[in-house]
Amino acid sequence: MVGTIVDEPTQMQSPATVVPPRLEVAEDRRGAGEDFAALPNEIAVRGLDFFYGKEQALFANTIDIKKNRVTAVIGPSGCGKSTHIRAYNRIFNLYRDQKAKGEILFDGANVLSSQTDLLDLRRRIGMIFQKPSPFPMTVFDNVAYGLRQHYRLSRSDLSNRVEDALKRSAIWDEVKHKLGEPGNALSGGQQQRLCIARAIAAEPDVLLMDEPCSAIDPVGTAKIEELILTLKSKYTIVLVTHNMQQAARVSDYTAFFFQGRIVELGPTTKIFSNPAEKQTEEYITGRFG
Amino acid sequence: MTHLQREIERLKRKILALGAVVEDNLRLAFQAIEARDADKGHRVMVTDILIDDQEVEVEEECLKILALYQPVAGDLRFLVAVIKINSELERIGDLAANIGERAISLAQEHPVPAPGGFAVMAERTGAILEKALDALVRQDAATARLVLAADDEIDALYRGLIEDLKEIIRTYPEHLDAIVLLFHVARYLERLADHATNIAEDVLYMVEGEIHRHEMPNTPAELFRWDERGM
Repeated sequence: MVGTIVDEPTQMQSPATVVPPRLEVAEDRRGAGEDFAALPNEIAVRGLDFFYGKEQALFANTIDIKKNRVTAVIGPSGCGKSTHIRAYNRIFNLYRDQKAKGEILFDGANVLSSQTDLLDLRRRIGMIFQKPSPFPMTVFDNVAYGLRQHYRLSRSDLSNRVEDALKRSAIWDEVKHKLGEPGNALSGGQQQRLCIARAIAAEPDVLLMDEPCSAIDPVGTAKIEELILTLKSKYTIVLVTHNMQQAARVSDYTAFFFQGRIVELGPTTKIFSNPAEKQTEEYITGRFG
Repeated sequence: MTHLQREIERLKRKILALGAVVEDNLRLAFQAIEARDADKGHRVMVTDILIDDQEVEVEEECLKILALYQPVAGDLRFLVAVIKINSELERIGDLAANIGERAISLAQEHPVPAPGGFAVMAERTGAILEKALDALVRQDAATARLVLAADDEIDALYRGLIEDLKEIIRTYPEHLDAIVLLFHVARYLERLADHATNIAEDVLYMVEGEIHRHEMPNTPAELFRWDERGM
């Protein structure tokens, strides 16, 4: 074998010319190998501080949320994950003593500016909460509610948009025969997908999900995770989760928060196989937190 | 210490214990060849059965930890490295058993002069394995790199040894059967060093999170040299 090679070296292909066979299944790279800096930002947070009264909860948070990617936000309880994403759509403004400083750049403007139209902001940055929170009305009206707030639609347009939102939330087949039944009669997982349908009916750009599966059983959780993976082609998703495996399964990028600061942001595969920061490693391997 | 950490500590002790048994058995196999001692050869082969059992045990332990704890980051890399090192140790165990087997056959053959390179290669191969296991114990990338560097030396020793053995065949053609057995042993030693090198690569991955295998040559000329290494 070696003899032939040495005798006729010109017949050997050099490694550079050997083309590996193409894989037919698209690779799930999850942020690995992408040029993060070159991806367009959906939201750019710069030096965000947040206060509950006099108490500071976030310190100089700076992070890029990339368009059409899922960014997971992880960290121990009380580290500021929810506070951080609640600043994006200024839902904190519902409370008098809460205030945010810094910049949250979204579509060219600072969300924190007094000029921001909050109703429009919250349409464009939708939110899904930990506990499924359907309105006390029918399945249909839950989805139609936001549409009626934001748009003037004919009856048939309205029902098309409702159907479309329910389909895109992977719940249509389960509720198409009970659109007139109360939304809170559905199972927990279905209620959560109904809430996702309600959010996406308003055609947002961003979906903020704050522990969307923590009150949902494993089957419902699997459906929501699948849904997140399909939704990211159309929306930018920021997912707060306590479930490390969930962050690992669905997100492209992961940000680790600790004591109100962003310790590390990186491709999810990197964070979960070889994080750069010791604190991240200790948290995700369960050594503290 | 969390439950997972306790499991990982236990697994670490198991893989190190397996490494120690493999190392001892290899040393016994060398002695069997040197002393033309069939009895020692048999002992090596029996011990290999125990090594195989331990390998299965370590693998089951790894699968259990993966299934129950879904480790990540350093813990995940440790688990993956142990699964691979475990197989390498088992293969080294098999090669030691093969050497033991050849020792039994050699004991029945007419004594032939073994080339001096034999003892050197056996010593160096044993030392490389020891270093690789040392790198594993101390999770030490620098030691692992020493092992990687030493593999070329073993390959050179191997080539020298083959030349010496050819010379001995020319001198003692009547003892061809015995000399062929020595050829086998030389080949096993060379393979053994490769497995020890693999262990060092796995340790590097565990410590640094980068995969160091298959660092490919760039030019055709390098490729031929690279291909020759394994012969």
